[in-house]
Amino acid sequence: MEEIIRVEGLKKTFTLSAKQQKIEHTKEKVRTAVDNLSFTAYKGEVFGLLGPNGAGKTTTLRMLATLIRPDSGDAVLDGSSIVQTPEEVRGKIGFLTSELKLEGFFTPNYLFDFFSELHGVERGVRDARKRQLFERFGIEKFAEVKIADLSTGMKQKVSLVISLVHDPQIVIFDEPTNGLDVLTAKVVTDFLLELKAEGKTVIVSTHIFSLIEKICDRVGVIIKGKMIVCDDLERVKAGMSLEDRFFEIYKETVGDVE
Amino acid sequence: MKSNLITIIKKELARFFGDKRMAFTTILMPGLMIYILYNFMGSSLMSQFTADEDYEYQVYADNLPDSIEQSIKAMDGVKVNVMDGTGMGEADKKAAIADKEADLYAVFPAGFEADVLTYDSMTSTDPAPQVELYYNSSSTESSELYQMMISVLDYYESAMANRFDVNAKEEAYDLATNEDSSGRFFAMMVPMLLMIFLFSGCMAVAPEAIAGEKERGTIATLLVTPMKRSHLALGKIISLSVIGVLSGASSFIGTMLSLPTLMGAGSDGMDMSVYGVNDYALLLVVILTTVLVMVGAMAVLSALAKSVKEASTMVMPLMIVVMVVALTSMMGGGAPEASYWYMIPFYNSVQSMNGIFLFDYNITNIVVTLVSNLAYTLLLTGLLTKLFGSEKIMYS
Repeated sequence: MEEIIRVEGLKKTFTLSAKQQKIEHTKEKVRTAVDNLSFTAYKGEVFGLLGPNGAGKTTTLRMLATLIRPDSGDAVLDGSSIVQTPEEVRGKIGFLTSELKLEGFFTPNYLFDFFSELHGVERGVRDARKRQLFERFGIEKFAEVKIADLSTGMKQKVSLVISLVHDPQIVIFDEPTNGLDVLTAKVVTDFLLELKAEGKTVIVSTHIFSLIEKICDRVGVIIKGKMIVCDDLERVKAGMSLEDRFFEIYKETVGDVE
Repeated sequence: MKSNLITIIKKELARFFGDKRMAFTTILMPGLMIYILYNFMGSSLMSQFTADEDYEYQVYADNLPDSIEQSIKAMDGVKVNVMDGTGMGEADKKAAIADKEADLYAVFPAGFEADVLTYDSMTSTDPAPQVELYYNSSSTESSELYQMMISVLDYYESAMANRFDVNAKEEAYDLATNEDSSGRFFAMMVPMLLMIFLFSGCMAVAPEAIAGEKERGTIATLLVTPMKRSHLALGKIISLSVIGVLSGASSFIGTMLSLPTLMGAGSDGMDMSVYGVNDYALLLVVILTTVLVMVGAMAVLSALAKSVKEASTMVMPLMIVVMVVALTSMMGGGAPEASYWYMIPFYNSVQSMNGIFLFDYNITNIVVTLVSNLAYTLLLTGLLTKLFGSEKIMYS
């Protein structure tokens, strides 16, 4: 197996404002969101980060996508370091999260071209890719409708397609099916498997057990910013359902679920 | 990838001009509104201070001498009706003026003409004969007639004892050229108006394009592309400047076109054509670099703000500074000579424009203005780039 992502000792802390301290009834000024996290992902696999809300999944993915910088540690994606050469990393990955919005004024067609230009995609390649992706997700029907006038599901499809304009080898999805209706969610999960079949590496974060069981080859369980287990899905499950196994791990690490 | 800069500029302009309502309210509206408003104000001011042309003034007069009655009736285009006041007391006539039933009540002493001829201001110990004119300042017609009456009487007085005249020949005594007087007028007004219009033009778009994108989460989508942050910063500043200049130009053209109506006769001989191509070209480069600095400063403030609303609030103090600086063009004394004054942002632009309009500029100082404005723009672009790269600022 060819290694394509190596994450080593990633750490990220946030300073809490006085207001946040009050809300959370805590005196600590610094919150460690991700604590010395390491893992490896291999080419052509789907790697899942599983954990409860606030475990540090999103922070980890944002660091991998170079939106934020780690306090210490590094990650190398397809030979480029997120600390040394973040621009290179941005050209190699497709990143999708609900925080990245598209300007409501423009149409899917315009935005596809716009982001293709920013990624330096040639016109001929762009047009062929656009046709293929728009057809795959049924976007042709609303390619000339402003984003603002689209439904949530349609917007999500467009965001997904826009994150792939440069045909990245690594695709990072934060909570890919959150807030989607069942039909769109299925389209997205099917597509993730298609990407895998094309030899792409996919990293997803989720707290939905069934999604991990359906698409992931390997899984890392994150609790309170630390990687507790990271292995093949079957080995992590150890003969149980993922849900049961997760709560067992949680109990071993933190104690009883309140 | 240099082309990313172009891509960003193209997108920003497409965003702006694609939105017809936004383009209309930012570019066409200001000029149109100013033109309509100023013209309306100008013509209503006129009509407020002048009476109708065929109005007939109603006058009461006691002991009105024939010669003065002749002069009043001989006034060009003015109809005066001297009413019969017999049977009315002085109080009745004053009441008629107060009630605006009549416009003027003139009281001449009996034997006025003879008294005036024999009176000598050098030797006499008695006070001079006195004419009393009662009028009503809250009536336009009454005020006008009062002024006319004063001039008639002044003329009557000076005609009796004419010792010398001043500027009586039909000759142009004011030797200022059309250029000079236009220059003075424009140097006073235009730099101030331009600064204010340009600032509000930029203000209409800059907070929205930066704080707005941040607020809506669309800027993060741009920041995960391999594009350089500096290209994004410069692209935003350039495209917003283009829109700011267009909006400012619209307000400016609106003002200039309505100036004749607004100023009435005061704008006679005021002519923008006294300036040559060189003057306009210099003016244009000063304006362009000024707008770059304005947009740069607003962009940095907007990037620091969490929302469009907060950005607008943060820009307000800057606006006050720019307005105060703009007022320096109205203060006399002309532009300062020393070049270091021209390194102060905004002040340098106002003084350079002032100099250009007065035909009295030092090209070194203009160059200092342009160079320092470009340096400030670069500095602000650098700062904006830094802010775009700061996770605390961009995703707080």
